[in-house]
Amino acid sequence: MAVARTRSVALIGVTARGIEVEADVGNGLAGIHLIGLPDTSLSEARDRVRSAMVNSHYPWPDARITVSLFPATLPKRGSHFDLAIAVAILGAAGAVPADRIATPFFLGELGLDGRLRPVRGILPSVLGAAKTGEATVVVPASNAAEAALVPDVRVVPIHDLRQLVEWLRSGEEPPETDEPESATIPVTEPSSLDLSDVAGQPLARRALEVCAAGGHNLWLHGPPGTGKTLLAERLPTLLPDLEIDHALEVTAIHSVAGVLPPSSPMITRPPFVAPHHTATAAALVGGGSAVVRPGAVSLAHRGTLFLDEAPEFPRHVLDCLRQPLESGNVNVSRAAGTVTFPARFMLILAANPCPCAQPADKSDVCECSPSMRRRYQGRLSGPLQDRIDLKVTVARSSKRELMADRQFVETSATVATRVLHARQRAAKRLDSTPWRTNAEIPPTALHGEFRLSEAAMKPITSCLDSGSLTARGLDRVVRVSWTIADLADKDIPGEEDTAQALALWLGVGA
Amino acid sequence: MAAKDDLGRHGEQLAADYLTAAGMRILERNWRSRRGEIDILARDGVDLVVVEVKTRSSRSHGTALESVRPAKLARLRTLAAQWLSAQPSTFRAVRIDVIALERFAGDYSIRHIRGVVV
Repeated sequence: MAVARTRSVALIGVTARGIEVEADVGNGLAGIHLIGLPDTSLSEARDRVRSAMVNSHYPWPDARITVSLFPATLPKRGSHFDLAIAVAILGAAGAVPADRIATPFFLGELGLDGRLRPVRGILPSVLGAAKTGEATVVVPASNAAEAALVPDVRVVPIHDLRQLVEWLRSGEEPPETDEPESATIPVTEPSSLDLSDVAGQPLARRALEVCAAGGHNLWLHGPPGTGKTLLAERLPTLLPDLEIDHALEVTAIHSVAGVLPPSSPMITRPPFVAPHHTATAAALVGGGSAVVRPGAVSLAHRGTLFLDEAPEFPRHVLDCLRQPLESGNVNVSRAAGTVTFPARFMLILAANPCPCAQPADKSDVCECSPSMRRRYQGRLSGPLQDRIDLKVTVARSSKRELMADRQFVETSATVATRVLHARQRAAKRLDSTPWRTNAEIPPTALHGEFRLSEAAMKPITSCLDSGSLTARGLDRVVRVSWTIADLADKDIPGEEDTAQALALWLGVGA
Repeated sequence: MAAKDDLGRHGEQLAADYLTAAGMRILERNWRSRRGEIDILARDGVDLVVVEVKTRSSRSHGTALESVRPAKLARLRTLAAQWLSAQPSTFRAVRIDVIALERFAGDYSIRHIRGVVV
């Protein structure tokens, strides 16, 4: 009759928290009691663990077993505690040495035959375990590649309970450690999309380039068939690969959402998320009653959130974007608690000028009255419009314009080189700060460390005086002018850069 | 009579002997009412002990101990109250014990769990 202790990890959003799992095999009527605020899937661990142990030919203690998860007040969810519970019971029953199980972290769901099944959220869990220092993490073999992405952690991939017990008893390496450390970051295939597909929209292409270089938000406005969607879909082709720490952040979010492809566990390309306009507020910002899952804004973290037909989204859903757009993260509050997900994304909106969606051309007839058009545009609330850095009208181009533009159209690769160069410039300038793109610079730094000259600020301040620009709008224009200067290889934006940024800001309304 | 009934009767006899040896006085055996049966009622000093005896010939259908489910214990409680109401004597406390017997190679292992209902 003894007590054994081991460790596991609980996830709150994408933040990991260490959990101690204690098992006590003691006198009393035979049965297993699981305490420490388990949810339904965790309560069912009792039956899974029992079957797994019996079918792996380990004796199930014929006594009162109490399993406790600490801290007791934190609600715990999910099936990944199975392995830690099984190991703690085996330790308490004396089947494995108790001192060998005390320090490693055990993660994984048990099958009834004792096989270890993969679970969601391995990457953030292992990241959390890594924070404790010299950590050893036992994970299901099918999750090993994902766990191995975390540096400075010893990952032990395990196929089933028997293999684990043998490892714990012998103290040697598990026989089939297929070197998870050497898990290579997969080479991303070149996309078939290319910016050169979009002819006749030089201004919009330029806006897209600025957007990609600085991480700004963009509103594409224009009649149907002019290439708004085409342009937005090509934004990812202009973006450089994610840096390793950002890639881990993005992968952790996708791991929690359970949308990580098992073959290539690391997300190295900036994500592109395009929810349909019937999406609910919870789908966009994250939600769920018991398990709070990340929404589209978090899945688009360090990437692009594209809202096609933006005015068709319910207004309150669009306004949910206001908080993440400003702060770069989103707080989801539910009865179970408040969860913060990172959500720093580029917002691309595409909107038709009116609901009838007739091309607003001389030849075609738009039957919408001015008030209808105004109402349609009004669905994008003022505060949301205020957070869009660039607003571009995508007009229908004539045949001649199309032909003329064909000579100037550039491939994605060419533009991506310029974008990368501008991003490197910005990153170098922001080297001593936690930010990497111009869009992330907070207002205090914008008006302190990165202050523009009086002359350069002149076009903007006059707009502020006349009331066509808010204080937040001014900050956004300044950020965009930094990006324009970066693209032009200039050290500091001049008057022409701020003027250009201002023109892009005023865009649709002007 | 079926073999399982023989086994159960034999187990109950062993349990009664065991309890007597442990210093308890057997008050009644196989007390029945409309709602069920109490295997053994015993006096342990000033306490009343309600004993459920479980005997198994092998572990192929689970252990004897784990076959006592919470529903059974709840029934024992009501039965104990029913038995007590007809008694002139009083007890300081009432306790429910489980005695699990398992047969291995002609011999029996015995486990006695005291106070299973808190």
